[in-house]
Amino acid sequence: MRICLALVAGSLAAAVSVASPAFAQKQGGTLRISHRDNPPSASIHEEATISVNQPFMAVFNNLVFFDPKEKVNSPDKIVPDLAESWSWNPDKTKLTFKLRTGVKWHDGKPFSAKDVKCTWDALTGKGDEKLDIIRKNPRKVWYSNLKEVTVGSDTEVTFTLGRPQPSFLSMLAAGYSPVYSCHVSGRDMRSKPIGTGPFKVVDFKRNEAIKLVRNPDYWKKGRPYLDVIDWKIVPNRSTRMLGFAAGEFDMTFDSDVTFPLLKDIQAQKPDAVCEARPSNVNTNLLVNRDAPPFDNPELRRALALSLDRKAFNDILFQGHALTSASMLPPPAGVWGMSKEMLETMPGYSPDRQKPLAEAKAIMEKLGYSKDKPLKLKVATRNIAIYRDPAVILIDQLKQIYIEAELEPIDTTVWYTKIQRKDYSVGLNLTGLGLDDADTNFYENFHSTSDRNYTAYKNPEVDKLIDQQSAETDIEKRKKLVWEIEKKLIEDGARPVINNNVANTCWDPKVKNVILQHNSIYNGWRFEDVWLDK
Amino acid sequence: MGAYLTRRFLLMLLTLFGMSVLIFVMLRLVPGNIADILVDAAGIADPKEKAKIINELGLDRPILEQYGQWIGGLVRGDLGFAYVSERPALEEIAPRIPISAKLAGMALVLSVLIGVPFGVISAVRQNTALDYFLRVISLSGLSLPSFWLGLLVLMASVHWFGTIPIYSNEPRSFLQEVGLLSIPAAVVGFRSSALVMRLTRSSMLEVLRQDYIRTARSKGASQTSVNYDHALRNALLPVVTIIGIEAAFLVGGLIVTETVFNIPGVARFLVEAILWRDYPIVQNLVMLIAFVVVMVNFLVDMAYMALDPRIKYAD
Repeated sequence: MRICLALVAGSLAAAVSVASPAFAQKQGGTLRISHRDNPPSASIHEEATISVNQPFMAVFNNLVFFDPKEKVNSPDKIVPDLAESWSWNPDKTKLTFKLRTGVKWHDGKPFSAKDVKCTWDALTGKGDEKLDIIRKNPRKVWYSNLKEVTVGSDTEVTFTLGRPQPSFLSMLAAGYSPVYSCHVSGRDMRSKPIGTGPFKVVDFKRNEAIKLVRNPDYWKKGRPYLDVIDWKIVPNRSTRMLGFAAGEFDMTFDSDVTFPLLKDIQAQKPDAVCEARPSNVNTNLLVNRDAPPFDNPELRRALALSLDRKAFNDILFQGHALTSASMLPPPAGVWGMSKEMLETMPGYSPDRQKPLAEAKAIMEKLGYSKDKPLKLKVATRNIAIYRDPAVILIDQLKQIYIEAELEPIDTTVWYTKIQRKDYSVGLNLTGLGLDDADTNFYENFHSTSDRNYTAYKNPEVDKLIDQQSAETDIEKRKKLVWEIEKKLIEDGARPVINNNVANTCWDPKVKNVILQHNSIYNGWRFEDVWLDK
Repeated sequence: MGAYLTRRFLLMLLTLFGMSVLIFVMLRLVPGNIADILVDAAGIADPKEKAKIINELGLDRPILEQYGQWIGGLVRGDLGFAYVSERPALEEIAPRIPISAKLAGMALVLSVLIGVPFGVISAVRQNTALDYFLRVISLSGLSLPSFWLGLLVLMASVHWFGTIPIYSNEPRSFLQEVGLLSIPAAVVGFRSSALVMRLTRSSMLEVLRQDYIRTARSKGASQTSVNYDHALRNALLPVVTIIGIEAAFLVGGLIVTETVFNIPGVARFLVEAILWRDYPIVQNLVMLIAFVVVMVNFLVDMAYMALDPRIKYAD
């Protein structure tokens, strides 16, 4: 009898302990968030900005996604979404998903494997021209290894790859990989998209507001908790910050609060919950290797050695930015080198005098001096976050006899200009949509990439990039990634100055916000967020 | 008068035609187009995708054909499709016009209501403490940038009242809307009222020294009658001119104020459209502004006749 009672008591205690968090969550309410600018469209697949991902990710589902309860996106933290399960074939070239049944689009039509095929066919340029569901794809490189998508049944779909690529699943888990529907036109997807996600789009008023309401037929029972998400587009940052302090908004836009602004927020709204996290956007130096005199590797090395990363960090981020190579360092990043490893790399030593002396010696050897400086223009996009580090760079270059002038380039022609290699030295910001070596290396450093802005070509690095891409063992792959990073630093491929960090704040009544620390583009489903009113 | 009005009307049409050509050409001289922006925003300048968008939007057609299509549409009331939102431009522009019109109207009324009486007082009480005080206020109005003043008002409001007077939700009643727009209107109108006040003061001072004012005084007219019946009416001619010019300049002030107070008006929308090279929006909005400026100038000319009976527009 005692044993029975103990078992019942134990079961009850276990049931209560498991269920209690669910009891605490409250249904309903409107979450008001300020938005920094006008999203170019609502079509996540067509855009490459957090301005689109953050408000519209909640409208969609992926096949799989990074566990929203985890702060770090990593390949071993991928959970099912529209796919119930997945499996690889023995040679890791076929990835088959078993899909959920009973899922409906916001317009009531059923979701099926055809929608998955339709989405990835459009992304790889094999889509139906008449449907035109995707007009442009900024992430073509993600799917360059995808050969075809085949439908097994309404609930089964297979992705066939050209070669094994373990990162492929991570790409599908990113916020940038929602499943689109086959029956909605591209124009509608850009203005009032239809998804299967926890929230439906009610209104997207350009330059004014985005309103999402709860999807009552959401396949995940009991979710979402919020009734409405009300985004107000407020282009002026001061107004956004004051609005948050005055309680007009419950949450700031992602990474909107810089460190100087954080002090103001904390003073005006002491109960605000603020979290700093890396944005996985790095500031980097572009040197056109084809344009003399920068075709001389020694000169490029001098430029890389002259960078005082600490000064950039202290001035622009009050010391909070991360020193890194091209991959985000741990603990936030999965693939980056540790601080200790980085400090052994050329130009990364805490002792600034030695690399600076080396840089000066190179310049002197090349015939430059205080009286005979090298004159150049530092091209950068005409936006404050680009111009500010460019000005610091110009100041630092003076130390190695380089007299530089700022060349602000209109934002509309910036990428065309650097892609044409119409610059000698530039300062750029590179954001990674996913903390993954494939997306970074293939996009920015592979000799065949359109986005290899510095015309960096190293067959050995190309080979290593392919090698790491096919490696299934995470630890072995990390070592390959670090080897590539080392070579990129030694070659001055695109010297990274630092990895940016910023804050996001919310009112304490907003519960269950979990920011993902190695990608600002993921984790905006809002289905677990609730308001304690 | 009839022939004058006809001439004036034809001149207005000619001005608007000139404006349309200027806007059309200047927009296309600015580097980059919508396709560049849409595609390059992602860091990739894909020529195929760009060409597809350019073709879709008709930007590859001959320039004269594009101009003809725009003007033809404008005459028929078809403003075309906005490039970014892919919705009819009219649907995008129309809801924003009343908001900016109300804001500009309120700012203009405030600037006249404050500027003219205080200008008169300042002139009548020349070199008194009150005159010095009003001159300092008007000078500060001219020197404080609208965005700075706007932010100051917002910061003070958050600090003292714990609330922020921004346009975050559509007002539910006329009174609520007036309340919501009055603070930004005062911010925009402050600069204009300072200008109106200074001009009224100097104009009044000049008129008050005229012989006919001395005559009016010697006839035994009261001070109020001299100031308001005899002097002010004549002093208002340059003030009316400046109010007309200010009405046009207000658009510039509105851009900043609409941004700071987050008002979804046409001025902020226009800047956004220029950044995106959204030609249908920019062209039509600039034409609308040109039309308003031309009309205000016409009304100012007509007001001269009402204020000064000596002015006649001969046929």
